[in-house]
Amino acid sequence: MKEYYLGVDVGSVSTNIVIMDENNNVVVKKYIRTKGKPIKAIQFGLKEIKEEIGEIEVKGVGTTGSGRYLASILIGADIVKNEITAHAVAALNYIPDVKTILEIGGQDSKIIILRDGIVTDFAMNTVCAAGTGSFLDRQAARLGIDIKEFGELALKSNNPVRIAGRCAVFAESDMIHKQQLGHNQEDIINGLCEALVRNYLSNVGKGKEILAPVIFQGGVAANVGIKRAFEKALDMEVYVPEHYDVMGAIGSAILARNEVKSKESSKFKGFEVADIDYKVKGFECNDCANMCEVIQILAEDKVIARWGDKCGKWTNLSDINLQRLA
Amino acid sequence: MKITFPHMGNTYIAVKAMFEDFGLEVVVPPKCSKRTLELGTKYSPESICLPLKINIGNYIESIEKGADTILITGSCGPCRFGFYPVIEREILKDLGYDVDIIVFDPPDGNYKELINNITRAVNTKNPIKMLKSFNRGRIILKEVDKLFEFSNKIRAYAVNSYEVDEIMQRFSEDVLKVKGVIETRKLIRRTFEELEKVEIDNTKRPLRIGIVGEIYTVIEPYVNLDIERKLGHMGVWVDKFLTTSRWVEHNLKPSFLGLSEEKKAWEAAKPYIRTLVGGHGRETVGSAIMYAEKGYDGVIQLLPFSCMPEIVAETILKTVRKDYDIPILTLIVDELTGETGYVTRLEAFVDLLKRRREERNFERVLFRS
Repeated sequence: MKEYYLGVDVGSVSTNIVIMDENNNVVVKKYIRTKGKPIKAIQFGLKEIKEEIGEIEVKGVGTTGSGRYLASILIGADIVKNEITAHAVAALNYIPDVKTILEIGGQDSKIIILRDGIVTDFAMNTVCAAGTGSFLDRQAARLGIDIKEFGELALKSNNPVRIAGRCAVFAESDMIHKQQLGHNQEDIINGLCEALVRNYLSNVGKGKEILAPVIFQGGVAANVGIKRAFEKALDMEVYVPEHYDVMGAIGSAILARNEVKSKESSKFKGFEVADIDYKVKGFECNDCANMCEVIQILAEDKVIARWGDKCGKWTNLSDINLQRLA
Repeated sequence: MKITFPHMGNTYIAVKAMFEDFGLEVVVPPKCSKRTLELGTKYSPESICLPLKINIGNYIESIEKGADTILITGSCGPCRFGFYPVIEREILKDLGYDVDIIVFDPPDGNYKELINNITRAVNTKNPIKMLKSFNRGRIILKEVDKLFEFSNKIRAYAVNSYEVDEIMQRFSEDVLKVKGVIETRKLIRRTFEELEKVEIDNTKRPLRIGIVGEIYTVIEPYVNLDIERKLGHMGVWVDKFLTTSRWVEHNLKPSFLGLSEEKKAWEAAKPYIRTLVGGHGRETVGSAIMYAEKGYDGVIQLLPFSCMPEIVAETILKTVRKDYDIPILTLIVDELTGETGYVTRLEAFVDLLKRRREERNFERVLFRS
């Protein structure tokens, strides 16, 4: 029987699930909008996968993304890793000598610098959303165009308009102003792509040595306008891998494969978790001045995990130690 | 007179014990919480840095518990902290609170003003009694900082790092129940002994990370989202460059008694930054270099959103990073209480340091053979 590995990346905008075989090939991938309901998104994805490929034996499970702890509780993960490591592992799978990873997702954007296949430096956006996918999403919605057409439209421009890119608020008012002056839409969109790249390079990429080969991944990599803006700004070729949108999930599946090598069995709870009725209940603990917001995850009205308390007395009631990190 | 003061890490332990020894009633503000932050952001100017907002929250919560006199330290430094006492006084006045505010500015050679203000606060003119109590307060401050430093070390070596949390949690609950210097010191000693009993794994070689940056953010765990504890559980032995006891040492120790840590940092920072840029900007650069020279695995810089001196330092740290080949992570905090993004960055940074160390060990083995 073939061996399969499950990778789950629960992000702010999308929840990505992949099944990979033992040769690190993607068998199935699911890109689901999280829409603020990570549990539903994970269950929906698992259900679809099960319907698509039937019963398979999953040898290992890895989770990543901002909802990685939640996901690990729901489906039983062998390894829980941050996005930086997961993205780097996935990129190395496609270009073994990759030196720079540009990653732009919904809420985070990051740059990862690798030398000889090892992460030597990274940076993430700090407090600014101007260089992220959510911002593009919002602007596309405001202009009334589908985000999928955004990049194509940018390519049609031959006279880009300069848009202020330092701050999402400035960018938006600048755009509106340019619109009212009568600039055409393609030029404004292209200007926005260039502004986003400029902001990314000076904010996230500041002070980093960007060497080729450069790989561009994350949801925003779908946008050919941004890709071209990167190539123009860096003056080098930028690769977008085939599965650019689920690289985090791919990375965690590969990590899971390495993790279970030394183990007997996986912690995977099976595809049945898609049918379990999960509930999340939060409460404020008023036992001391910390007033922690404690989160409880219930499966069929039974508490399976708790976290969020500083002192650990609630987490102690459930028995998995790693949750205390969350 | 019921005295209160803003929170800043463990400082309250020493201040409380010291003023209790003077026979004064002390109202320790409730631990910083969501409510503190909410009150603070509601009544402070929107664009001011985070520490002031927390201070205001502390004052209001203390006043609710009956405090009528507030003690604050000033800084004279050319950063917004220099305005804190003035702005805070105005805000509380506007809110209609009738409280007395006493400011201790660092003496900078002129001790008269400071002594005047201390006399006002402690209600005694006997200088010997005053100095004695002050000295005892200083000792507690030092011991408490030592205790927390020790807990950071044990957490990194412990078989079960959460045992340390339980001991320290008990300590912070008990310390509010004891009174005066003698009882407080006894409790500190007892907690030390408890920590020594925690089972440790001596084969561990924990990563070492130095924390530098804006003093309030570095010291107050509510604001830095408990960074020491988080890193400790990831197996990192953390050292903070700035602690309250070091700050007191730096500002009050006469210079003929040798260089304070901060002055050493000025020296170290000299090739990059020769003058004061406000706040602790210069110390941040210098201390990052000092950690690099001591062979630390990495440095984390903490700053509250919009802190000018630290923004200057952040830019310079990029060069330090290259020159000394040491990873430096900058984390900016504001009123956010969602920790996911924060933990992700810390985890990724620790991963990076781990791999770097493995690489280096590997190279060393190669070189030897």
